[in-house]
Amino acid sequence: MSSPAPKSPEQNEKSKKYDRQLRLWGDHGQKLLENSKVCLINATALGTEILKSLILPGIGSFTIVDGEKVSEEDIGSNFFLENDSVGLPRAHVATQCLLELNPDVRGDYIDESAEHIISNTQNFFKNFDVVIATAVHEKVLLPLSKHLWECDVPLVVCHSIGFLGYIRLQIKEHTVIEAHPDSESPDLRLDKPWTALKGYLDSINIEQLDQKEKSHVPPLAILHYYLTKYKNSHNGALPSKRAEKEVLKQMIRDSGHSEEGNNRFILEENFEQALHYANSCVTPRPIPDHVKAILDDDSCTNLTQNSSSFWIMSAALRELVQAEGELPVKGTLPDMAADTLSYVTLQNIYRKRAEHHAESVYRRAQQIARNLGLPQDWVTESEVKYFCKHASELHVIRGSCIANEYQKSNLDLSSYLEDPDCLIFYYIILRGLERFISEYNVYPGQLDDQVEPDLLKLKGIIGKLLNEWGYSHVLRDERVHEVCRYGGAELHSVSAILGGCAAQEVIKIITHQYKPLNNTFIYDAINTTSATFCL
Amino acid sequence: MEEVKESHQKRWIHLKKVLERPGPFTHPEFEPSPDILDFILSTCKILIIGAGGLGCELLKDLAMMGFKHIDIIDMDIIDLSNLNRQFLFRHKDIGVSKAQVAANYINARIAGCQVTPHCCPIEDKKEDFYRGFHIIVCGLDSITARRWINGMVVSLLNYDDNGVLDQSSIIPLVDGGTEGFKGNARVILPGMTACVECTLDLYPPQVTYPLCTIANTPRLPEHCVEYVKVVQWPKENPFGVALDGDDAQHTTWIYEKALERANQFNIHGVTFRLVQGVVKNIIPAVASTNAVISAVCATEVFKLATSCCTPLNNFMVFNDIDGIYTYAYEAEKKDNCTVCSNIPHPVDIDDPCKMKLKDLIDFLCENIKFQMKNPGLTTTIDGKSKTLYIPTIKMIEERTRPNLSKTLIDLGLRDGQEIVVADVTTPTSVIIKLRYTISDVEIN
Repeated sequence: MSSPAPKSPEQNEKSKKYDRQLRLWGDHGQKLLENSKVCLINATALGTEILKSLILPGIGSFTIVDGEKVSEEDIGSNFFLENDSVGLPRAHVATQCLLELNPDVRGDYIDESAEHIISNTQNFFKNFDVVIATAVHEKVLLPLSKHLWECDVPLVVCHSIGFLGYIRLQIKEHTVIEAHPDSESPDLRLDKPWTALKGYLDSINIEQLDQKEKSHVPPLAILHYYLTKYKNSHNGALPSKRAEKEVLKQMIRDSGHSEEGNNRFILEENFEQALHYANSCVTPRPIPDHVKAILDDDSCTNLTQNSSSFWIMSAALRELVQAEGELPVKGTLPDMAADTLSYVTLQNIYRKRAEHHAESVYRRAQQIARNLGLPQDWVTESEVKYFCKHASELHVIRGSCIANEYQKSNLDLSSYLEDPDCLIFYYIILRGLERFISEYNVYPGQLDDQVEPDLLKLKGIIGKLLNEWGYSHVLRDERVHEVCRYGGAELHSVSAILGGCAAQEVIKIITHQYKPLNNTFIYDAINTTSATFCL
Repeated sequence: MEEVKESHQKRWIHLKKVLERPGPFTHPEFEPSPDILDFILSTCKILIIGAGGLGCELLKDLAMMGFKHIDIIDMDIIDLSNLNRQFLFRHKDIGVSKAQVAANYINARIAGCQVTPHCCPIEDKKEDFYRGFHIIVCGLDSITARRWINGMVVSLLNYDDNGVLDQSSIIPLVDGGTEGFKGNARVILPGMTACVECTLDLYPPQVTYPLCTIANTPRLPEHCVEYVKVVQWPKENPFGVALDGDDAQHTTWIYEKALERANQFNIHGVTFRLVQGVVKNIIPAVASTNAVISAVCATEVFKLATSCCTPLNNFMVFNDIDGIYTYAYEAEKKDNCTVCSNIPHPVDIDDPCKMKLKDLIDFLCENIKFQMKNPGLTTTIDGKSKTLYIPTIKMIEERTRPNLSKTLIDLGLRDGQEIVVADVTTPTSVIIKLRYTISDVEIN
């Protein structure tokens, strides 16, 4: 008998306000977001646009570090600075304007340059979950990058110059449980059904059903029936080649045809679906390579007291895979043409199996944690459930330190340089621009009468850089010219594009959901194109 | 004291760099000059359609890019669930017009900006209104509204006697759309490049559940909710009014009944959030994607208005589920597009003695090319105009309803007959031309 309906949960204010995003990253993702602390270095237009898209969905708190005063130019590109604020501390004004967006979010500011803080308060940045830096140039960027790399705080560096954008993610190690892939094939295990599933499916003899029963039997039962038949006539082998699958599909077609009217044959919907599943769901599902790599990773095989719950769960998963030879069952069944009772029965069989696997992984994880001397609640049951459900989507990213990238003498770009249209050339120009700023303390082309001479200087610098990396390529002049044309201008709409992109990467880092950028993103607003490079 | 000319103010220094300097990637017609900034500051008129997730961002972006004369149109009022992304609205604004609050906010924040709000459906405005803008930019969540405005900008085109398009009658349409972490932005030059109707197949079909499934073999929690919504609600009519997804009492009633039904069938997973999602057909939305897509659209408006770069040709998709992915391509203009091709549209009829008017209407609704909602049909027979069916006016509907069950032949419609079709998806009528595929039809 069904339980009485619980009192309708009249949703609280918060879940109403965040409804549209909770449908994406769930209450558990939201909780991580609400507990997060984010630091922004420099309240440029780009910086405040990033914070805007973090404050609206409700991060816990933000801190702006910026020693500049508001200028008239700032007001022209930055929405979060008021007209009458010229001359006031930029960090203060931006913080006030941004706090207006969401009363759930706390915010404060430090009216000092990042440079000053790095050299005076070393531990300051350690307290954040993510640090975002905009308009930070080599002199500050390199020590900042090194410092955050050492204390394992993710760093997002962004630039917006004219129609050009750059986002670089520096993160030592990042683990993702829920990648939310766009499409995935259902996890049905018909190649190797466990006892309960096999027992249920075996009990349905397709050929003895009457016409009505036949039109309501689940596609999985049809597929299982003919797959068994196929195996019996092929020494127990599963169909793997296309032609073999075709044999199986023909058996299903022959059985599923029903006559309608004058010689017009139609195939019932459930038989159609059985054919569909016959394409992808009768061969063993191999453990995906990226998951195998996680199970064989040093962090998984050599656990320590500092291991995160992700690695403890991975180690437990590894034990399960060793014992059972397969990943946990996902436990969800796609909708399929079937009567309610058979569908619900099947769904329960899959769900029970998933619960069984999750319990087994949880027990193992607890044991592992105990052996390491970690507290009982180091891994939670609900965490393990998510972990097992998404076992085939697990993902680990190991990033690289920006300071290393800048100090490398042989940056390997050869694979990109062959294509003259490749956006890697904008990366090279931006590196040249950084060096230009270090040398001359202005943007190339910042002054109207210096565009031409700066263009020559910038070309010289870029040539030298390429030389240092061991390349003899010559950059197309027009791209260097275009960047000098900008003269360091920050176009609001370009910063807004970059701001949205960077904010989403920060949300991915905080929630451990969706796969973040790895690791350099270039956006070209002239052609509305972009590219990602791993540097 | 002498007033500093607006365009000389330091705040526009960023824009001046790309508008007053030559560059290698500018539009061929681009002539660097201070006049361009003057044009966007004082002359250029932009219309933003929609003041929601995209509209708020568009308004900020365009105002920051120097556009001062902006109109914004939206019939909606502000809801609590808007506040996670529609950043010009505060808690105190709930229940007030979106267009009004957005306009007030921007006018107060950005010196010299003159945003004019219009709190009405887009259909309330006529051709003269839309003709008054240099560029129209859309941030809509409704495909029907998109098709309507697309039809409007196409209807504003002028062709000369030889069928040559008058370029000065083109009002570019920039359109953005988002769903979760995905979005797209496009530039439409009506009559020149692919329009909304040319690419109608790009929109995913709406999820629907067959009635027999929800009534007889429900399997998913969604099936239970849908059953309560389409069968139980009309039957029991618990509050004596039509179902309103924004009324918490209504949603709660559906939730309780759906849960009851789910329990009866042992179906798990009916939650309040799911019920709301199904009842209101909620599309997930987040601030970041709206920010990206709006800003891409605003950048294109800036390019179109200034020629400082060549505009997007003509479609861009965005997805940041796995890293950050973008892809730009040229969507193809359809030679036989029902809206922008400027020709009547042939409809092949297998057997006009059997095909009823109802069948023709069903065809117009289901066919991928037409996808109409509730079309009305008129034609001319022997020089006299004849109303075949008009669903929207009660009296005429009743009078013309018997025609639905008549065949095309009985109605006197011949091979080559032109029928004028009106529908909510287009502000102007579409002309279809019947083409009978069997040669000899006996007409009595």
